[in-house]
Amino acid sequence: MLAKRIIPCLDIKDGRVVKGVSFVNLRDAGDPVEVAKTYEAEEADEIVFLDITASHEKREIIIDVARRTSEMVFMPLTIGGGIRSLKDIERLLKAGADKISLNTSAVDNPQLVRQAAEYFGSQCIVVAIDAKRSGPCSWEVYTHGGRVARGLDAVDWAKEVESLGAGEILLTSMDQDGQQTGYDLELTRSVSEGVNIPVIASGGAGTLEHLYQALVKGRADAVLAASIFHYRTYTIHQAKAYLKERGIPVRM
Amino acid sequence: MIAILDFDMGNLRSIQKGIEQVGHKAVVTRDRAKIQSAHKLILPGVGAFRDGMRNLERYNLITPIYNAVEAGKPILGICLGMQLLFSESEEFGLTQGLGIIAGRVKRFAINLKVPHMGWNSIDIKKPIPLLRNSTQGEYFYFVHSYYGEPEDPDCIAATTEYGICFPSVISQGALFATQFHPEKSQSSGLKILKAFAEL
Repeated sequence: MLAKRIIPCLDIKDGRVVKGVSFVNLRDAGDPVEVAKTYEAEEADEIVFLDITASHEKREIIIDVARRTSEMVFMPLTIGGGIRSLKDIERLLKAGADKISLNTSAVDNPQLVRQAAEYFGSQCIVVAIDAKRSGPCSWEVYTHGGRVARGLDAVDWAKEVESLGAGEILLTSMDQDGQQTGYDLELTRSVSEGVNIPVIASGGAGTLEHLYQALVKGRADAVLAASIFHYRTYTIHQAKAYLKERGIPVRM
Repeated sequence: MIAILDFDMGNLRSIQKGIEQVGHKAVVTRDRAKIQSAHKLILPGVGAFRDGMRNLERYNLITPIYNAVEAGKPILGICLGMQLLFSESEEFGLTQGLGIIAGRVKRFAINLKVPHMGWNSIDIKKPIPLLRNSTQGEYFYFVHSYYGEPEDPDCIAATTEYGICFPSVISQGALFATQFHPEKSQSSGLKILKAFAEL
C-alpha cells in the first residue's frame, strides 16, 4: 500500500540552513547536506529545500548544494525558490535535484509549467501554491513569498496546473503558516479532491495530531513540516509511529 | 566495472554514488568501448518512453544493449529503463521498445491519483539474487504513471499494489529491472544496488 509521506523542509539562504535547527549531534547544523543526512537516518520520506537567497548572483550556490546533497543522500530531493526558466530547471535537475518546485514563475508564465513537464516529465515538476483564505470556502493565490495577491482562486489554479502537466502540488496555507495551530484542512481537502495528482499539505503543523488531520480530513497525500522537526519537538520516527498507531499507512 | 548508460534521461549521479556507497565502482557513459568492456550495465531513466527510445537511438546505444544481453551480462533497468526493455508502450500512441522482455507498458487505469508517487511495498514472488538482501514487504520509492506487463508471468519477481497489482521487479536470466528507484530508496535501495554489484 502506498505510504503517506512525511517531508521535512529546509529554508536555505546563501547555501546555509536558516531558521535555527536544533540538532545536537551535527558538526555543522547550518549545512543543508548534514541536516538532510540526519533526516535520512530518521527515514524522512523526502526532503524539500526552499532557496530564499535574495541576490540573483548567489543563486549558483543552490546548484552546488543540490550536487553535494544528491551525492550523500539517497532519497528524493525537491528544490524550490526563485526558479524562473527551463535553463534553471535543467541545471538543478542535472545537479541532482529530483523535483523542481515552481511558484511565482508558474503564475507569471503558466506555459513554463507545460514546457517543463514536456521536457523533463511531469514527475519532476511540482507547483507550489501559497493560498490565503478570501471567503468561507475560497482561497486566493499569492506569489513573491506571499507578498503579492494574484486574483486567482487556489482550487481553480490547482486544476489548471494539473492540466498543464504538473505532477504534484505543494499547498501552503498562508493563514496557518508559522502558527503551529494546524493545517488549513478545508483548503487542503478542496484542492486534494479537486485534482488527480498528489497534494502535499504545508503550513501550520504544531502537533502530530495536525499531521494526522491533514492526511485524514484534508485528504493530503503527504505532509510537510519545518519547525516541529527542526526544533526536535518530534522526530520523524515519532511522527510515523503516531500515525501508524492511528491506522495511517506509513513507511517504518 | 559497471557502466551506467547515459542517454540524457535524468540525473545518474545518485546511481553512481549509490554503487560507490556499497563499495563498488561505476562509470556514467555513452562510450561504446567502455560499455563493451563493462561487465554489467545499468539502464536508468526518468521521463517519457518515446524520448528514451529516441535518445538510445541517437547515441547508438541500442546495439551495445543487445550485445550485452547476448553475452549474458547482468543488466539492471530502473524505472523508465525497466519500461524500455519491453516490446512496446502505450505512451503517446504505441511506441516500440527494445523488445528484450515480451510485453507491453500500460498506463494506470485506476481510480487513484496518477503518477503513483511515493513509498510503496513489494511482495516478493521469487527469491532472485537481486533481492537476496531485501525482505518481504520492504518499501521503495516509486514515481511513474505507466507499468510494464510481461507476457510471461514467470519473469515477475515482485509485485506492488496501487489500485491494481503491478510487476515492480522483473527478472529474466541475467536481466533484472525495478519499477522503483533503488538510488532514491535509502538503505533499502542501496541493498538492491549492492546485490546487483555483487552478482
